[in-house]
Parts: sequence; structure tokens; C-alpha cells
Amino acid sequence: MLSFALRRFALAALILLVAVTLMFLMIRAVPGDPVQIMLGPRATPELQARLTAELALDQPIWRQLVIFYGNMLQGDLGTDVFSGRSVTQIVFQQLPFTLELIFASIIWSAALGILLGAYAAAHPNTVIDRTVAVLSVSFVAAPAFVVALLSLLLFAVHLQWFPAIGVGDGFWDRLDHLVLPAFAIGLSWVGYIARLVRASMLEVLGENHIRTARAFGLAERRIVMVYALRIAILPVVTVIGVGMGFLLSAAVFAEIVFARPGLGKLVIDSITTRNYPIVMGSVLISTGLFVVSTALADLINAWLDPRARTST
Amino acid sequence: MTETLLEIDGLSVDYETERGDLKALRDISFDVRKGEIVGIVGESGCGKSTLISSILRLTAPNTRFRQGEVRFKGQNLLQATERQMRDLRGDDISIVFQDPMQTHNPVLSVGQQMVDIQHRSSASKAEKRAKAAKMLGAVGIPDPEARLSQFPHEFSGGMRQRIAIAMALMSEPDLLIADEPTTALDATLEVQIIERLRELQREMHCAVLFISHHLGVIAELCDRVVVMYAGAVVESGDVREIFHNPKHPYTRRLIECDPGHIKTRARVLPTIPGEVPDLANLPGGCIFRDRCDQAMDRCAQEVPPLERLGEGHLAACWLNHEEVSA
Ligand SMILES: Nc1ncnc2c1ncn2[C@@H]1O[C@H](COP(=O)(O)OP(=O)(O)OP(=O)(O)O)[C@@H](O)[C@H]1O
Ligand code: SF4
Ligand SMILES: [Mg+2]
Repeated sequence: MLSFALRRFALAALILLVAVTLMFLMIRAVPGDPVQIMLGPRATPELQARLTAELALDQPIWRQLVIFYGNMLQGDLGTDVFSGRSVTQIVFQQLPFTLELIFASIIWSAALGILLGAYAAAHPNTVIDRTVAVLSVSFVAAPAFVVALLSLLLFAVHLQWFPAIGVGDGFWDRLDHLVLPAFAIGLSWVGYIARLVRASMLEVLGENHIRTARAFGLAERRIVMVYALRIAILPVVTVIGVGMGFLLSAAVFAEIVFARPGLGKLVIDSITTRNYPIVMGSVLISTGLFVVSTALADLINAWLDPRARTST
Repeated sequence: MTETLLEIDGLSVDYETERGDLKALRDISFDVRKGEIVGIVGESGCGKSTLISSILRLTAPNTRFRQGEVRFKGQNLLQATERQMRDLRGDDISIVFQDPMQTHNPVLSVGQQMVDIQHRSSASKAEKRAKAAKMLGAVGIPDPEARLSQFPHEFSGGMRQRIAIAMALMSEPDLLIADEPTTALDATLEVQIIERLRELQREMHCAVLFISHHLGVIAELCDRVVVMYAGAVVESGDVREIFHNPKHPYTRRLIECDPGHIKTRARVLPTIPGEVPDLANLPGGCIFRDRCDQAMDRCAQEVPPLERLGEGHLAACWLNHEEVSA
């Protein structure tokens, strides 16, 4: 198990390296002089020269990259061009808002999706199964930003059940503020996961070991919820791990619609102002999040599936 | 004195398929008495697994029970409620399924699964684990306590088969059904498992319905034998009687192919020239006709009935009628 974890994290580090390098090169390929855009009307030749030197933009690109990684390894992601604050600090200040949103979204949608899918598979071709199927398709088809806008209008503005904007203060208030954005992000996941679980569950329920469990008179509930579900949720864990990228981009929309602080808003704002250090910092963290979550999904799978522990 | 435990009475079972109904079992009748070991032999595809899954009603969803009864201690299981079936499964009747590699849950430890199947017992979890370890020891798995926390894939095929037998015997059932429990194993292991099975059977006095391709194993282990061909019983009777005085050409061919010594097991399963008839489209007359070198005109027209030829010896072949009338 330990060596598996080590190998998995080595792979994660490699993915991170490649992804960050690509992003580093891509943002420099965006047309327009970054220093000009950052400084805007304040630009004086002197200021421009200082900023260029500070950001090492006068160096060849490979040197810029080496400098960037050198600093990164020391935990230094540079300083914000405008406020002069440390990027690490700024990014980590925004990160919790995004994380709580993503976790809230995935927890409610996975719980509901797994339950619906398992129930549908245990009662195939019943009214409930068909209802779940229709609902799943409609949920999957609903884009997060449309759901976000509509739920904002209906539940926050019209019915006023939930707060419309911001993140709130204190546990219950924060939770209250999470409801609508997490609903918007998670809805399509409910449908997606329900379909996935139903399919894998049906397959598992047809396997020989399930017949063995029945042959020993185990309760059907235990057979479905433990003997079959433990296997049927394996693909869900992987899909959520890999889906972290989609979750992050859905979070960007939700953060904009609900005016929530977070990584999403930070990235959008800093790209428009070409605030390189912040963009790179946030990208690094989101990529890290993605890489860590896929690695985590593999580890959870290995924990859930003893067969995976021994293979690579 | 020898009470009947299980009676299969005129059982016919179809599988619904796209090609139409596949007649997997036709008019099967035999019984198993208390404490007795009955063997079922027949080529691959003759319906052995279908038969034993039908007893516990654990067949595939496309199974249709057309006719007949399966009576256990007098109760017709095909009419029993789902609840009544659940109470029998793994308690009065236990089953060892055919494929040991897929018979256990891959993500739960062996110990967990062995504890779970004792769900009817009020013993503590520690006691259940201890009993599981004891059972593993009884089927010859070394260091059973430590192995309880391992997962099925950490065991070899032979080990998994032993675990399956241990699990099936744990509740001391009245009837143990074992579907080719040794087919996947090499000859030495096979002998070991058969011997172990017989010892345990003697200790527990359970009846056994034992399915095999391998006549040698049947000869060694069983009191009586049922020979199946293409979904029907073609001959049944006392093991010695069947081996020394087979009354059906199919049985004779099987014995020729497999001389019946457990230790000199044929490397290949018995092969008889010709093909098994299509179960979805059965010909009239005797089902063995196409492969029978003694077939007569009558065999093409009329289905030979399963006739009593001696003390508990039944066979379905017109040849025996010739002899009788001659
Ligand atoms: N679910 C199913 N649907 C349709 N046909 C099936 C199904 N299960 C089994 N069959 C067919 O029914 C026949 C009997 O199968 P069964 O598994 O009972 O044979 P068997 O005697 O156990 O064979 P083996 O020795 O290979 O285990 C075979 O022709 C098989 O292909
Ligand atoms: S009835 Fe005829 S065809 Fe069938 S086994 Fe007997 S002799 Fe052969
Ligand atoms: Mg079989």
C-alpha cells in the first residue's frame, strides 16, 4: 500500500510539472505586452523597466521557467504586481472558499447520485428506475451556469429562501450561502453519477459472487448496499477524481454568478489584468488540486479495492 | 429409515432466449435421501448447473420453471415465498458453485465474508471469526487465523475452492450441493479435497449432491449416480450397479472414456464423437440417437421412457425393452 502511494504521488508530481510548464508557456503566448497592460495608463518607461526586471521578462523564456520553478520550490510564487502582497498568501486566502464549494457540491451530488443509481439498479425497469433515468438525463443536460442563474432568480431573489451573494460568516451562515451554488454545480453530477452507478451496479449484481451471497441467505439490502455497491462505486471515485477539472470550471461560473470570492474569480480577474504571478499561482494551485484529487481517487480506490493495491 | 430429503419430480426448466426457448431441463426426476451422496454426471452443457441452481431458485433472470416440483423435506420450493427460500439458503441447503475464482466477493476479506454468512447466529463477532478460522483449518488451509484478513485474490484456485467448501459446511447443512468442486484443480489436489469432503460429510451426516464431469470422482465418492444428457436423465442408480452394468449407451461411452480411477485422471474431459442436439430445437425420438452406434428405427420415432430395470436402477433406452421382450 505504501509503495503504491509513493508511486502514485511521483506520477502526480510529474503531471503537475508538465501542466504547469505548459500553462507557463501558454500565458506568455497570449498577445499584447503584459507590462503595458498591467501598468495601464500609469506606465512610465522607468516603471516598465522595473516591472520587466522584477518579473524576469527580459530573460530568455527557459530562464524564466527555471527562475519560476526555483522560487516555487522555496514556496515563493512571486508577489502581486498591484498590492505587492505574496501570491502564495493571496491564493491560499481564496482557496478555502473554492474548496468548500467543490466539496459541498460533490458530497451532496455523490450521495444522492449513488443512492438513486443503486436503487434503480436493484429495482430495474420499475417506475422508479424509469423516473431516475429521465431525471438523470435532464440533470446531466443542465449546464451549471444556467442552473446557477435560474436558482439564483428563483430561490434567492423571488422566494428569498437562500442568500443570493457572498460566502457568509460563521458555520451555519456559510452553509446557507453554499446551498445555491453547490446545488447549481452538483445537479448535473447527480444525474451523471446515478447513471454510472446504475450501470456498474447492474453489472456487479449479475456477477457470480452475488449469487454466492444470496445462496447464504444474506439480506438483499446488505447484498446491494455492501456486497455490490462497494464494487459498483469504484468507477464513481475515479470519475470524481478526474472530474475535478470540470468541478473547478463550474466553480468559476458559480463564483461569478453568486459573487463569491474564490480561485475562480481570482483567475478571471488576474487574466484580464495580465497579473502573471497571480495567474500562475492560481493555475499552479488548481492544477495541484486536480492532480492531487486524481491521485487521491486512485488511493481511495486502492483502499476500496484490494485487487488494485498490487497492480500498478 | 432412509428418509427422503430432496425430491426432484418431473422438473422442466427453459431459458428464454432470442432464438426461442432453450429446453435446459426436461422432466427430471430423482431423489436424495438423508446422509446420502448422490452424483450427477454428464457432458458440459447438459444442464447440471441449471439443475442445482433451480433447487435454490438462484437461476439467471431468463429462467422459466415450466413444470414439476422440487420438494425439500416435503415442501415444494418452487412455490415457496422468497422469505422461505432465504431461510433455507445457506442454512438447510448450502451450495458450492462451479467457478472458485469468481465465487467470492473480491473487495471483502475472506474473514468478513465468513463472518457475514453466520448472520443467523447470535454469537459475537470474535466467536464467529474463531469459528471461521476453525472451518478453514478443517478444510486444510494452513495458518487460518492470519489468512482470514486476506482477500480472495490472495488465494490460489485450490484454496478458494476449499474456502467455498468451508463456507458451505459452516452451518452444518442437511444438504450440501457441490458443482464440480474439483474440476479446476490438478489430480493431487482433487484427491485431497474429495477425501476431506468425505471426512467432513461423515462428521456432519449431511447429504451431498455432487456434480462432476469426472466419473472417477463419482465412483470414489458417491452412493448413487444420475447420468444426464442434453437436459434429461438417461440413467440412474447405485454407483456399483451403474459402473458394472450400465444400461444406456451414453453411460457406457462415458465409462469407456473415463475408466473411473480417481488417481489416473484423464487429462482431457470425456469426449464422445458427435454433437449434443440443439436444446432450442430438439429432434423427436431419442435425444442420443445421432451419437448412438446402436440406434434402431424405433429410436427415431419414439422417446424412450425412463424405465425401472432393477432395484433402483433406471434407464431410458429402447435396447432394454428389446432385451425384456426378447
Ligand atoms: N442464462 C442462460 N440463458 C440461456 N442459456 C443458458 C443460460 N445458462 C445456461 N444456458 C445454457 O443451458 C445449457 C445448460 O447449461 P448448464 O450451465 O446448466 O450446463 P452444465 O451441465 O452445468 O455445463 P458445464 O459442465 O459446462 O458446467 C447450456 O446449453 C447453456 O449454454
Ligand atoms: S434409445 Fe436408441 S438411440 Fe437412444 S440410446 Fe437407446 S439405442 Fe441409442
Ligand atoms: Mg455447470
